[in-house]
Amino acid sequence: MQIFPCPSCGDRPDAEFRYGGDARKSRPGRDCSDAEWAHYMHQRANTRGEALELWQHAAGCGRWIEIRRDTANHAVVATEPMTR
Amino acid sequence: MSALPRKSRYSAWSLLREGLRGQGGWTPAWRDHDPEPAYDVVVIGGGGHGLATAYYLARTHGIRRVAVLEKGWIGGGNTGRNTTIIRSNYFNPQSAALYDLSVRLYEGLSRELNYNIMFSQRGIMEVAHTDAELESMARAANAMRISGIDIELVSRQATLALAPLLDASPHCRWPVRGALVQRRGGTARHDAVAWGYARAADSLGVHIIQGCEVQGFEIEAGRVVGVRTNRGNIRAERIGMAVAGNSSVMAEMAGFTLPLQSYTLQAMVSEPLKPCLDTVVMSTSNGVYVSQSDKGEMVIGGNLDRSPSYAQRGSFRVTQSVLATLVEMFPAFATLKLMRQWGGTVDTSPDNSPLIGPSPLPGLYLNCGWGTGGFKAIPAGGTVFAQLLATGRHHELSAAFDLSRFATGELIDESHAGVQH
Ligand SMILES: Cc1cc2nc3c(=O)[nH]c(=O)nc-3n(C[C@H](O)[C@H](O)[C@H](O)COP(=O)(O)OP(=O)(O)OC[C@H]3O[C@@H](n4cnc5c(N)ncnc54)[C@H](O)[C@@H]3O)c2cc1C
Repeated sequence: MQIFPCPSCGDRPDAEFRYGGDARKSRPGRDCSDAEWAHYMHQRANTRGEALELWQHAAGCGRWIEIRRDTANHAVVATEPMTR
Repeated sequence: MSALPRKSRYSAWSLLREGLRGQGGWTPAWRDHDPEPAYDVVVIGGGGHGLATAYYLARTHGIRRVAVLEKGWIGGGNTGRNTTIIRSNYFNPQSAALYDLSVRLYEGLSRELNYNIMFSQRGIMEVAHTDAELESMARAANAMRISGIDIELVSRQATLALAPLLDASPHCRWPVRGALVQRRGGTARHDAVAWGYARAADSLGVHIIQGCEVQGFEIEAGRVVGVRTNRGNIRAERIGMAVAGNSSVMAEMAGFTLPLQSYTLQAMVSEPLKPCLDTVVMSTSNGVYVSQSDKGEMVIGGNLDRSPSYAQRGSFRVTQSVLATLVEMFPAFATLKLMRQWGGTVDTSPDNSPLIGPSPLPGLYLNCGWGTGGFKAIPAGGTVFAQLLATGRHHELSAAFDLSRFATGELIDESHAGVQH
């Protein structure tokens, strides 16, 4: 088990959190091209090393948070409330 | 059939001869080469797919100036970490055609490579625990039969006859309703697949270069002309990458992204015991699966770990839930001791189908996205990728798996199937 710090609940077991994707990604506007939409839908940064990820404290406060996590060793570097 | 010169062929006679002569006459199965400055084709990644690709490039297409670059040792990635299930019961016709070619090639592979890959067609079965599962299996079975796959839906009684240790008691956690059975499915020895292809490729002149890590690409006028490695730069006409969980890292070096996410998939083995399970059993709803190796160990696996990872290490929570579920399905296994547990980094794609084809960088070609189930596909993956690298054009079976499907929306969705290996 790993401990994830939740900005509102404090240190909690990682089992309470649900991964929600890449936090750097933003949805293109309605007038985007097919290629932009396909890129948004399917392409992944899939970073090796520090990645900025969205997680939901699903079995806790329910809030979405941003976790900076190293995908090569699972270390949690920082957590913040979701900024957008 | 074999590419090997007569004197180094393995046979009953060579065993006897070496037995009598004190085993002194064996030669290395493949040689270690230093990289040359240029090749016709460079294949990055010495897993099963990379090695098979090199073998078919030399054997089928007569291209002998081929190098396989492996950063560690051959077969040390997912090929040497997988649970070796081979089957072709896939839902979509494009997948059925590709994976069934692979099963057929596996059927003749020990002979073709003159290397015993220990392909054991002990059959695989996916157990249904509810009536709803049984109904969706019937639909899947019909689709597979239309594609010409030998698949049978069998009764509870027949399922229990195939795997008598499954819990059949009235109030068990995972009741047995029936199963989807592919009798041509089975397991093979993972290392032998890598080593057999390496040996056969080596004998055709392919250079297998271990401890050689690709760290960047040489690009001239928008086209890749070589790779940068820890052992110098190597030029090539065409470059193929078959680096599984590291595909996105390599794509970043080449300046593009891929529709892939890397996760840990773990597996484990028990202490060895006498033969008690002569088929592969997979559970559709909980993802847990088990087979018995020739050494007698129970080889056990389950679903992916939950968060993206390159750590090649799984969390204890998944280990625990896989084992708890296994013991509910097979109460007799509760007394077994666990020997080893490990993880591999798998490259999952949005539709659980591989990516095969030209990359966005001209001259660089992709064979990746096999995720949790590409061991079974090694002979077919090597065949179609070799054709692509030799000619620059798709094999008829790989065209559907081109990267362009994510823009057109023609996905080959295999994610509904539940079983992922
Ligand atoms: C636990 C587990 C169980 C599995 N069970 C099954 C199963 O039962 N059936 C099935 O069909 N599939 C299964 N799979 C999936 C299967 O193992 C893979 O899909 C398959 O082995 C992929 O083969 P490959 O040759 O593409 O990749 P790999 O065998 O991973 O080879 C890729 C190679 O590329 C090398 N590499 C990476 N980066 C570089 C670089 N920069 N320079 C040089 N070399 C590099 C790596 O070191 C590695 O050796 C399982 C996987 C795991 C992890």
